[in-house]
Amino acid sequence: MANTYTLIASSTVGAGGASSITFSGIPQTGYTDLVVKVSGRASGSGYDFHLNAYLNNSTTAYTERAVYGSGSSAFSYSASIAGYSASLMGASGTANTFGNAEIYIPNYTSSNYKSYSVDNVTELNSATNNRADLLAGLWSNTAAITSIVVTTDDGTAFVQYSTAYLYGISNS
Amino acid sequence: MAAGSTYTPISTTTLGSAQSSVTFSSFSGYTDLVIVCANLKNAVQQTPFMQFNSDTGTNYSSTWILGNGSSASSSRLSNSSSGILIGDYNIGMSSTVPSTAIIQIQNYSNTTTYKSTLGRYNLTTTEVYAIAGLWRSTSAITSIALNAGGSSNWSSGATFTLYGILAA
Repeated sequence: MANTYTLIASSTVGAGGASSITFSGIPQTGYTDLVVKVSGRASGSGYDFHLNAYLNNSTTAYTERAVYGSGSSAFSYSASIAGYSASLMGASGTANTFGNAEIYIPNYTSSNYKSYSVDNVTELNSATNNRADLLAGLWSNTAAITSIVVTTDDGTAFVQYSTAYLYGISNS
Repeated sequence: MAAGSTYTPISTTTLGSAQSSVTFSSFSGYTDLVIVCANLKNAVQQTPFMQFNSDTGTNYSSTWILGNGSSASSSRLSNSSSGILIGDYNIGMSSTVPSTAIIQIQNYSNTTTYKSTLGRYNLTTTEVYAIAGLWRSTSAITSIALNAGGSSNWSSGATFTLYGILAA
């Protein structure tokens, strides 16, 4: 039977960094679900940056609800946001370590609102600033997803060797 | 979620009308299974469960961590006859806002160990879950029923896909 976990596109940030990673021209046939896997680190000073993903370049109609653990306590929050958001390590984090996130988007070409699932981790081998996040996301838009732009917040760039992969999954 | 080289679609169901349960009953030749449930809504706010092999005995348990937007908590169900929890236990699924569930079933066909599952449930209006499930049976799993719960139905338009993962 078919192998359906198919790499559509990938990007590795080069020297000098990159302000965003864009997947455009996402196929509208051949797949039913999308998976985005990001391994990234922000160049800005500090620990806690956000990893944002914008669907079809839209900055509206996103909501999310999350539970996360810091290594000592568990927390939860909900928010209306400008794009999917999760945590991402900054330049103050342990050297050579990256945050990792997986976004699963079912039925990305459907005319329904898009409900998606996100798992996100930043592990520093440190007493503080570690995170493991589980997020529920909703983009209240009926448009088929044709592009995904991944950025960090505050205009901070991804550092070299940050990667993003886009996979397509077919349910038939 | 594991990204094996054999993420093979076994069966997909898209509901054309409201339905109380979706069953997968023909799958073999894989080591693990993944179920992706999308555009989930529940006509009446009931809690959905997953049963194996039509077993209605008190052989299921579930432990979960959840976030409701303001606090995180953990709880469990022991010796349940309803099955392994799929979604919102406290409030029930939304009848209007779509939710997503992704369930992994490890080593489903072995006949020596109990079967464990790992589930993720996402509903932005109420809660986000990670759910560990256990079916205390050494039988190979030959059928999977996804029950909307109580007298409720999955709404029209919900999709349920079963994938097979084959160890290399």
